[in-house]
Amino acid sequence: MTTRIDRRMAKLKAEGRPALVTYFMSGDPDYDTALSIMKALPKAGADIIEMGMPFSDPMADGPAIQAAGLRALKGGQTLVKTLKMASEFRATDNETPIVLMGYYNPIYIHGVDRFLRDALASGIDGLIVVDLPPEMDEELCIPALRAGINFIRLATPTTDDKRLPKVLQNTSGFVYYVSMTGITGSALADTGKVAAAVGRIKGHTDLPVCVGFGVKTAEQARIIGASADGVVVGTAIVNAVANVLGPKGEKTADPAEAVATLVSGLSQGVRAARLAAAE
Amino acid sequence: MNKPAIPNSFRTGPDEQGMFGIFGGRFVAETLMPLILDLERHWNEVKDDPDFKAELTDLSTHYAGRPSKLYFAEGLTRHLREVSSAKGLGGGAKVYFKREDLNHTGSHKINNCLGQILLAKRMGKKRIIAETGAGQHGVASATVAARFGFPCVVYMGATDVARQSPNVFRMKLLGAEVRPVSAGHGTLKDAMNEALRDWVTNVEDTYYLIGTAAGPHPYPELVRDFQSVIGIEARAQILEQEGRLPDTIIAAVGGGSNAIGLFHPFLDDRSVKIIGIEAGGRGLDGIEHCASMNAGAPGVLHGNRTYLLQNADGQIMDGHSISAGLDYPGVGPEHSWLRDSGRVDYVPILDDEALEAFQLTTRVEGIIPALESAHAIAHAVKIVPAMDKDQIVIVNLSGRGDKDVHTVANMLGMEI
Repeated sequence: MTTRIDRRMAKLKAEGRPALVTYFMSGDPDYDTALSIMKALPKAGADIIEMGMPFSDPMADGPAIQAAGLRALKGGQTLVKTLKMASEFRATDNETPIVLMGYYNPIYIHGVDRFLRDALASGIDGLIVVDLPPEMDEELCIPALRAGINFIRLATPTTDDKRLPKVLQNTSGFVYYVSMTGITGSALADTGKVAAAVGRIKGHTDLPVCVGFGVKTAEQARIIGASADGVVVGTAIVNAVANVLGPKGEKTADPAEAVATLVSGLSQGVRAARLAAAE
Repeated sequence: MNKPAIPNSFRTGPDEQGMFGIFGGRFVAETLMPLILDLERHWNEVKDDPDFKAELTDLSTHYAGRPSKLYFAEGLTRHLREVSSAKGLGGGAKVYFKREDLNHTGSHKINNCLGQILLAKRMGKKRIIAETGAGQHGVASATVAARFGFPCVVYMGATDVARQSPNVFRMKLLGAEVRPVSAGHGTLKDAMNEALRDWVTNVEDTYYLIGTAAGPHPYPELVRDFQSVIGIEARAQILEQEGRLPDTIIAAVGGGSNAIGLFHPFLDDRSVKIIGIEAGGRGLDGIEHCASMNAGAPGVLHGNRTYLLQNADGQIMDGHSISAGLDYPGVGPEHSWLRDSGRVDYVPILDDEALEAFQLTTRVEGIIPALESAHAIAHAVKIVPAMDKDQIVIVNLSGRGDKDVHTVANMLGMEI
């Protein structure tokens, strides 16, 4: 069974360029604005959308995504509204893959079976759940795979060759390589090391490998994209939203436009990646 | 919730996956998973290693002052017998205090810290991080870090930094760096998030010294085992002093390390009634309490599944307690399992009741208890007058209350 992610990745492979994977926080700063940001992403050149599900205690996130999640929760965002946003987006775009990213508790409280049903009905293609390592696969990963939703796993610098097969075992869609040990939004790691790590993971799997954590500029996207199958940008996008919010959360410019400008630049970076690598 | 079948023994958990029934587990980011597996490997090596045990026992004896005394609280017993007589009951059980307040650093926290610092040393770690609520665990961590020459960073909620200033100063004197955390309500939950973020960043050299019997496996198990010295001693002491087991044992539950430490050795003594006390704050009707097992639901936070205070969307709520050490919206997973299995009763005590017990104990025993421990005493005050005179109650006096005098003065409207 192929998903939108599989089809999109195959298409980009044929085109010979890496994917631009863009993360935004659903509900930040409010539902309508976040939906307009989501709709702007593919138009600006995003190939895959990661939709952040806000959580009160995001243990693996840095200050930018923590703050975005809190803004969303304060704006009344819930898991139910996030799924509704996805289906509203789907009504206008039936091609761009959507990956939900967040923490397990809101899903657990919603109920795993009910969540998978609702996610499928909303046009969700994949899940990244930070606090569900392979040791906890029975919780959500295996039910998701059975339901036809990709379960995308994070591999990190601490995932050594001995552990990689376990991490990759039930992974589908793509592998998300976290470029460093640390929280989201930290400085980008040594790009040479990242390329070596991507090569190491590719020795274990045929799945596409996307790299994230620390990518902020088109130039970085171009360099990472030379070795990876995709480049994930999150904190920079969330910051683009935060930058057009005033001290009381009022919009000083259109967040969707700010995000589109950033993503267009990043998109040029990934489109130049293989050209540069070929030279 | 699910009522598991009554097991032959309540002392066999967790299973190999780190589960106590549906509770516990290893809900952590992939970056931390190899570290937790490494910790588990080392823990399995040392837990039955006689050399490790000998080193820990030696430190517990000569450095921490163990065994702690089991003290017959004659003043409180007499007072509660008077209360009983006034009600026309003519009863009043004998109350004993397990004196963890007499340990070095003033609470039970040192038991766990000594065990874990030896583990960190064996693992070749170079740096210690810890979270703290009341500051008792922060002080104990800073103490063992000083003793063994480790740099130490303690994460503490900004609210707690303000209400526990004596402990903050103590940690600084001991050479630890105290990092205030202003996220959320600035309490223990937020400190734990920040400690986990530090750990995920500094994976190579850092040992995370968790202070309570919660977090991802194997922490709930190893913290319990290091704290079980409380119950092992208390059980032997009461047998020696009274020639029989107690009728009831009581301990306060925040994350639940002092409680599981007292309870675990008694779990299979079915005649012993076991009661854990949650922070009832300003009452369970509102949201200003920390009674996760009385008013929460199972969920996943900080690496384990357990009872949590949360809303219908699975967002974690900030609780409230007069006691910083109980101000946590979750609880160790083994307590959740003991609750559902029916072996242990968990009941709430309000801020005001704890405050009264704090003053009463100070007056009739000449012991200033920690506000956490005062919650456990408050429950004894409630139930002891209705018990018989030949019955026995052990209360875990988990810490001393010097750190709380500012809070109490504030509550009583006094300036010091």
